[in-house]
Amino acid sequence: MSGLTPGFADPVPAAQACFRALLEAMARPGRVHRLAGLPEAPAPLAPAAAAMLLTLADAETPLWTDAGPVAEEWLRFHAGCPLVAEPGAASFLLAACGMPELAALEAGTEEEPHRSATLVLQVAGLERGAGWRLTGPGIETEHLLEVEGLPRGFLAAWAANGARFPRGVDLVLCTGDRLAALPRTTRIEEAG
Amino acid sequence: MAYVAVKGGERAIEAAHAWLAEERRGDPVLPELSLAQIEAQLGLAVDRVMAEGACHDRGLAALAIKQARGDLIEAAFLLRAYRTTLPRFGASLPVETDAMRIRRRISATYKELPGGQVLGPTFDYTHRLLDFALAAEGGVPEPAPEAPADEAPMPRVTALLAQEGLMAPELPSEAEPRDLTREPLNFPAERPLRLQALARGDEGFLLSLGYSTQRGYGNAHPFVGEIRMGAVTVEFEPPELGFPIELGEVTVTECQMVNQFAGSKTEPPQFTRGYGLVFGQGERKAMAMALVDRALRAEELGEPVEAPAQDQEFVLYHCDNVEATGFVEHLKLPHYVDFQSELEKIRLLRREADGE
Amino acid sequence: MTALGYNFGYLDENTKRMIRRALLKAVAIPGHQVPFGAREMPLPYGWGTGGIAVTASVIGADDRLKVIDQGADDTTNAVSIRRFFAKVAGVETTERTGEATIIQTRHRIPEIALREGQVLVYQVPMPEPLFRLEPRVSETKRMHALADYGLMHVKLYEDIARHGHVAISYNYPVLVGGRYLMSPSPIPAFDNPKMDRMPALQLFGAGREKRIYAVPPYTSVRSLDFEDHPFRPVRADAPCALCGSRESYLDEVVVDDRGGRMFVCSDTDYCSTRQATREAAE
Repeated sequence: MSGLTPGFADPVPAAQACFRALLEAMARPGRVHRLAGLPEAPAPLAPAAAAMLLTLADAETPLWTDAGPVAEEWLRFHAGCPLVAEPGAASFLLAACGMPELAALEAGTEEEPHRSATLVLQVAGLERGAGWRLTGPGIETEHLLEVEGLPRGFLAAWAANGARFPRGVDLVLCTGDRLAALPRTTRIEEAG
Repeated sequence: MAYVAVKGGERAIEAAHAWLAEERRGDPVLPELSLAQIEAQLGLAVDRVMAEGACHDRGLAALAIKQARGDLIEAAFLLRAYRTTLPRFGASLPVETDAMRIRRRISATYKELPGGQVLGPTFDYTHRLLDFALAAEGGVPEPAPEAPADEAPMPRVTALLAQEGLMAPELPSEAEPRDLTREPLNFPAERPLRLQALARGDEGFLLSLGYSTQRGYGNAHPFVGEIRMGAVTVEFEPPELGFPIELGEVTVTECQMVNQFAGSKTEPPQFTRGYGLVFGQGERKAMAMALVDRALRAEELGEPVEAPAQDQEFVLYHCDNVEATGFVEHLKLPHYVDFQSELEKIRLLRREADGE
Repeated sequence: MTALGYNFGYLDENTKRMIRRALLKAVAIPGHQVPFGAREMPLPYGWGTGGIAVTASVIGADDRLKVIDQGADDTTNAVSIRRFFAKVAGVETTERTGEATIIQTRHRIPEIALREGQVLVYQVPMPEPLFRLEPRVSETKRMHALADYGLMHVKLYEDIARHGHVAISYNYPVLVGGRYLMSPSPIPAFDNPKMDRMPALQLFGAGREKRIYAVPPYTSVRSLDFEDHPFRPVRADAPCALCGSRESYLDEVVVDDRGGRMFVCSDTDYCSTRQATREAAE
C-alpha cells in the first residue's frame, strides 16, 4: 500500500461534480468538459479517466484495464472494483495503451441493452475542431470534434457499433483533465 | 375577481403534523405507552412489523408501531425506510433451523414423531371469548407449567419422508442468491428471490392467495408437514477472520408444507415442499408463504400455470405492502391537471357526438 | 454528512453510484427503461420516490432546485419535496423556472421553454407505456426489444374508429428517437410537444416500478398519430382569469354550486410572472 497516491480529496462533492460533467457529456455528445477536483492518479492514468472510475465503479462493476499494475492497485483500492482479464467480461474498460476491439465488448441484449460496457479511452488530444462531424440525439444540428491518437479503423468499428442499436458500447474519451462522451447513438463523419 | 389561488401549503403541513402528534399521544391524563410495553405486550405486532419491514430489531419495530399509532403497514414502512440507510457489513451465514431452540413444533402429518409435538404459546385451542378479566388491569398470570427439558433431537418431517425417497430432494446450491433489495426483480425469478419477496410480503395478501390455492385456484393438496418456532443463532464470518462468529439469536417461524405431486415424464410421483420462514412468531404468514411458494413452483414442476397464486409476476409484483400502499394511497394526491385534460377531452367528444 | 446524520442528498454513495450508472445508460439509449435497484425512501412510493432518487443522485451544492406538482410550486407535495432537499442537501430552492438548474415535476412541463444547462426530472408512476394493453413486464420487454408497438397502434386506431379521435388526454404515448415507445409520465397531452427537441435534459424516475429513462437534448419525441388524424393537444378554450394567457394550460376552478367556473394557469410561476409584468406596465 506504500506509495499509493490519494483518491478524491473530498469524495462526495467530487463524485457529484464528476458525474454531472459525465451526464452532460453523455447528453451532449462530443462536447469537451474540463473536470476540477481531480485525484492524484498514477501514470499512465489520465486524471479525468481516473475520476470517472472513482465516480462510477465499485464492487458491482468488473473493470478491465491495460494501464499496468500500479494503476490497477490504485483502482482496486480506491474504487473497490474487481479486475477482469477478459475485456468481454467488464462493465467498465479503461484503455490507456491502445483500444480493445469494440465488437468483443459486452453490448447488452435487445431486451437489456443497458447491460453494456462503457469504454474509457485515453487519447492524445481532444478539442472542439474540424476532425469529425457528429450528429444524433443530444446534438442540435451537428457538433465538431477533433480527436488525436485513435487507432486506424476506429470509424468503421464505431459505425458497426452504432448499427446494432439498441445494443452497443458507449465511449468516453479522456485526456488530461478533459473528457467527451460518444454514446452509441452518435454518428460520426469525417469533416471535409 | 375574487379568486385567490390557495397558498400556505407549508403552514398546512406543519399544522397537520402537530395535530397528528397530539392525536398520537391521545388523552394526556392517561400514562404514555412505553416501547418496552409494546415490545413485551404487543409482541406479535412487533413480529409482523419486523417481518414486513425486513429488519430484525424489536426495539425499533416497537418505536415504529408507536409512531404509526398502531398502523402496522405504516410501521413496516418506517422500519424499511430506516433499514435502507444502514451500511452493509456483509451477509450472515444461513441460519440452521435444524438446530432451533424450539418453543413450538407441530406436525399434522404424523400423530407421533421423534422429538414430539410441542404446542407452545398458541391461540389454537383457546375459545374465542372476550376475556373480561384482562380488562381489569393488574393481574399477573400464573407461570405456565414447564416440562423437563427434552434433549431428544427433532428431525424434520420432510427429512423422514426423504429417507423413504418420497420427498422430492431440494438440490443444495452454493450459488450466491440475488438480493431483492439491491437489484430489481427480473423474470423468471429463481426460488431464492421469490422466497425473499414472500418473506417480506404482506401477510393479508399472502393469506388470501394461499387460501385461494386451497379452493381450487392452483390445485394444491397441502399438509402441514411441520411448523416450528423458536430461536436460531445468527452467525457472521468476517473475511479477515475466516471463521464464523455468533452475532446473537432471533426468533423465527418455519413452515414446511407437504404437497402431493403426480409426477412427470422425468420424475416419479412423490411429495414436494412449500416453504415459509418469517421473523418472530408469525405462523399464519409462514403457512401462507409456504402455500404460495409451492404454487409458484408450478412451472418448474411442469404443472399448468393457471391460477393467480401460480403467476410469478402477479404474486411478486403485488405482495409488497409498502409498494402497494404507496401506489393506492397516492391517488389522493392532486391529479387535477390530468383530470382537466380528461374533462376537455370528454367535452370535445360530447360536442361532436351531439353536433354531428 | 449533513446535520441530520444522513449523507448529502440523503442517499448513500453506493446507491447514488448505482443510480448514476443507470442514468448514463438511460441517456445513451433514449427512451429505453433501465431497471435500477430502487431503495425505500422516507416518502411513500407514489409520492415521487423515483424522481427524488434521480434528483438526489444528480444534485450538487451549486444547484438551484425547483419542485412543482400539477404545475404549481405551492401544492403540498411539492412543498414537502422541496423541504426535503433543502434539509438533506442544503441547496438553494427557487420557484422561478428560469433560475432553476434542476426542476423536479409531477404531471407538468413548465410553460416557458427550458434551456441548456437545465435538467427536468419527472416523477413517474407507471413507466411502461403499454401496461394497460399488456400488464406483463416480461411481455412488454419483448415488445420493446422488437420495437413491436402494434398493440398501441391498434388501440389508437380503435379510438378513432369509435370516437373520431384518440381518446387519450394525458400520458399520451410518444416515440423517442424514432425507436422506443415511451410514457411521458402522466403529463397532459398538451405538454407533449414541449418534449420534442427540448434543449434541456429530461430524466424520468419510477421508484416503485424501479425504472429510469431519459430523453437527451434535441431528441425527437413524437406523439403517436396517423396522417389523417394528426395529434392534437387540447386545452380549455379560455384565457387565464388572472394573467389573460391564451397559450398556457389551464386549471378549471369551480367557484359556486350553480355551474360557475373560471380558468387559471396551472403553471403558477408563469402566471405570476405575467401578472407582475402586466402590473409593472400599468
